[in-house]
Amino acid sequence: MDILMREDYEVVIGLEVHAELSTKTKIYCNCTTQFGADPNTHCCPICTGMPGTLPVLNEKVVEYAIKMGLATNCEIAKFSKQDRKNYFYPDLPKAYQVSQYDLPLCEHGYIDIVSDIENKKRIGITRIHIEEDAGKLIHDAFTGDTLVDMNRCAVPLIEIVSEPDIRSAKEAVNYMQTLKSILEYLEICDCKMQEGSLRCDVNLSVRKKGSTEFGTRTETKNLNSFKAIERAIEFETNRQIEEIENGGTIIQETRRFDDAKGIGYAMRSKEDAHDYRYFPEPDLAPIVMSEEYIQNLRDNLPEMPHIKKDRYIKDYELSEYDADQLTASKYTANFFEKATAFCNNPKTVANWIMSDFAKMLNESEIEIQESKVTEENLASLIKLIDSGKISSAIAKKVFSEMFNTGEDANKIVEQKGLIQISDEGAIKEIVSKVIEANPKSVSDYHAGKDKALGFLVGQIMKETKGKANPQIVNKLLIELLNS
Amino acid sequence: MDLYSLSLKDIAQKIKSKQVTIKEVLDSVYSRIDEKEEVLGAYVTLTKEAAYKKGEELQKKLDAGEAIGALGGVPIAIKDNICTDGVKTTCASRMLEDFVPIYNATVVDRLEKQGAIILGKTNMDEFAMGSSTETSYIKKTKNAWNTEHVPGGSSGGSAVAVSADMAYAALGSDTGGSIRQPASYCSVVGLKPTYGLVSRYGLIAYASSLDQIGTFAKNVEDTALMLNVIAGHDKKDTTSACIKEKDYTKALLNDIKNKRIGVPDAFVKDGINEEVKQAYDNGIKTLEDLGAKIVHIDLDYAKYSLATYYIIATAEASSNLGRYDGIRYGHRSEDFEDLIDLYKNSRTEGFGEEVKRRIMLGTYVLSSGYYDAYYKRAQCVRTLIIEDFKKAFEKCDAIVIPTAPHTAFKFGEKSTNPLEMYLEDIYTVPVNIAGLPGISIPAGFDSKGMPIGIQFISNYFTEENLLQIAYTFEQNTEFNNIKPNI
Repeated sequence: MDILMREDYEVVIGLEVHAELSTKTKIYCNCTTQFGADPNTHCCPICTGMPGTLPVLNEKVVEYAIKMGLATNCEIAKFSKQDRKNYFYPDLPKAYQVSQYDLPLCEHGYIDIVSDIENKKRIGITRIHIEEDAGKLIHDAFTGDTLVDMNRCAVPLIEIVSEPDIRSAKEAVNYMQTLKSILEYLEICDCKMQEGSLRCDVNLSVRKKGSTEFGTRTETKNLNSFKAIERAIEFETNRQIEEIENGGTIIQETRRFDDAKGIGYAMRSKEDAHDYRYFPEPDLAPIVMSEEYIQNLRDNLPEMPHIKKDRYIKDYELSEYDADQLTASKYTANFFEKATAFCNNPKTVANWIMSDFAKMLNESEIEIQESKVTEENLASLIKLIDSGKISSAIAKKVFSEMFNTGEDANKIVEQKGLIQISDEGAIKEIVSKVIEANPKSVSDYHAGKDKALGFLVGQIMKETKGKANPQIVNKLLIELLNS
Repeated sequence: MDLYSLSLKDIAQKIKSKQVTIKEVLDSVYSRIDEKEEVLGAYVTLTKEAAYKKGEELQKKLDAGEAIGALGGVPIAIKDNICTDGVKTTCASRMLEDFVPIYNATVVDRLEKQGAIILGKTNMDEFAMGSSTETSYIKKTKNAWNTEHVPGGSSGGSAVAVSADMAYAALGSDTGGSIRQPASYCSVVGLKPTYGLVSRYGLIAYASSLDQIGTFAKNVEDTALMLNVIAGHDKKDTTSACIKEKDYTKALLNDIKNKRIGVPDAFVKDGINEEVKQAYDNGIKTLEDLGAKIVHIDLDYAKYSLATYYIIATAEASSNLGRYDGIRYGHRSEDFEDLIDLYKNSRTEGFGEEVKRRIMLGTYVLSSGYYDAYYKRAQCVRTLIIEDFKKAFEKCDAIVIPTAPHTAFKFGEKSTNPLEMYLEDIYTVPVNIAGLPGISIPAGFDSKGMPIGIQFISNYFTEENLLQIAYTFEQNTEFNNIKPNI
């Protein structure tokens, strides 16, 4: 597409994010919420909607949803109710989903995100409500049958609906990442996007820049990776602009995005849209909460990422960028704080986490909390550097060993004899030996060729198997060359 | 006197004092059933084998000197929309013709814990939708007083079972009058407790905010004994109330002196059969003679109860019955090409006319654009009706009102005209709308010998007051002692 044409338009995005809550049991019965079991082994007459059964609300679900509301600056409703959303589908055994319609638990909140358009962006949260998940259909390619797995039926969800404040794919991803980080900090969702425990629908429209009216929007359903969100938004933005530029109109419709092919498809238009016939769920009493209950949750919220970030800048004198990187994940922040407590060198801990450590985590595709490296081990390694016992170059090798085996840094250094030589007398002997053996380099140095110095240092390191303290080597080499 | 014709209280005592064995009791009742079931059609399923087995166990316990519970060895009947573990629970529908739950309703657990023996499951209007038991897919249930007449509904089978001595008592469910109206048509005592007094867990839902399980019994004392067992909080039903369990038989005092009884004159003026009205007026006179103070009350919004009911009940029903889609259990059509076909054909074949009518009505009143005009408005009127009763109970301790405007009608007489059928619930529906307790007890017969009931309504969770008034009325009238000649 013509780049100029693209630049004439502004994209308007709102996200509906579904997060599965990590409660032990389902929202209306005592079945476990555990993922990955054999089909239809985590269900009972209640979550499969058998005739005559009744739901009993899991209070943890309300608690978790309110925590999310508080963490995203929402107003918490003291009176809230649940409603039935009626539609037929084989994965929905009651033919209605219990959700919340006009009186959600949380409303009118916001979060601040990093943006590629402006410095800091505030995204409005329209509402957060609780609801139950549906089961899963499994298509048997061999027999052509469709089977239903009801393990996921009535796993608790919160739906977080944003205002249409998002203006780019990058903002959408950052918004989603920020929500993920908050959910992790609150410990209310495991955020495993590949398992579907965090997913979103994208409402998107485009309009000519400067226009204040919204265009017709489409809804792309069920995106479950950051990459898919970004690609789906790019695809849909371009599709809508091209449609308009070619004189067409945008139809309000529900779409899906095929991540493998990178293409979006229309699923059903507004005319075919369900009439969900919402009405208050008569089997469940309204949810009434006291101010004390809400206040107690508010008082006991963990430190949120943006607060933590400010504290890192202030207390540890980290840069804004570093603080941001370290606090994005609760696990990274926890690791940073613990390791720093052991070695009292926040800057170096931060550098290790964000560079070598991050690189190796990435390569082995694991999260920091899954790594064999403990906070104490990293702190020991840094102590070895700080005390001059090993050089930075050696430290990298030691860390690699730590990462692979989970062994303690001191042990590795000891076993492999990697302690740095800082004894000036011992180093001086080696320096003299190297100078004598390389008269050409010495004359080159005196002729003003700086490269010669590097060569000589290299030779000294080789002699000492890299264990000589580089600062002392440098100092002595220059002293002897010039004497 | 045959054992089957005794009251629940008497048979329980005879069993406990070992004047009779449980087997003798079961023999007597089952032979009565064998004799009358073909004519009356009260039962959908009989659980004879399990009943005798349970009877043996209980007898052994009793002989060993162990306690067998308040209803130890007493055979009772259960309406077929109340789930029974391992026993078909059909709702008298083709849809659930072969449905066998793997769980008990809480009331069934409570009954079994107190030693009651389940005789079988009773016939009803399909999914409890109807006032004559004529909408049953399974069979026809006939009134024991005249087999050309309907027994009323929807709990017609339970009413007939008790009235014809085919059970000592029975459970029913009452969403708009489904216990009280058939009790009135069959001359037995029918109690609909306060919404929330009895757990709904395991009652297959028709209209969740109105449904309430209640009892059919031969007299008020037996009603109190049944209520003792089934009432109580259930943590499986969050709409069940946290009320301390009571001994309701303590309320059975033959005394209503100075009780203020409210009469809603204006509401009982039109659309009522003259003989029924006469029996009602006689009833009021009886109460007055017994020392009650008659006060006149207004129930201004009660006349909108039926309209309100048919919006709220059908709306909830349209949602509650969505699960019968032929996918997991219940009737599945053999004729389908795709998913939509499967849904359409299974539901078309599985549901009867009345059920389909109510599903359509309920779907309509909830649909986008109509919600405010119907469902929301009905909820507002519901609040007004509740307010009406609140005001009334400032002036009186209980309300007396006919149970139904007519006596039992003939088969087919009203089944072609749904609106006329709906009008039979005019006096029972307001009680469900408000969630109050109501009881129907025998109060006379028309010139053709068909029974007439009278209804008392009391404030929330004042079943004791209700039972006391009903008991006093019963003790001072003769209607309860007259049995059908079947």
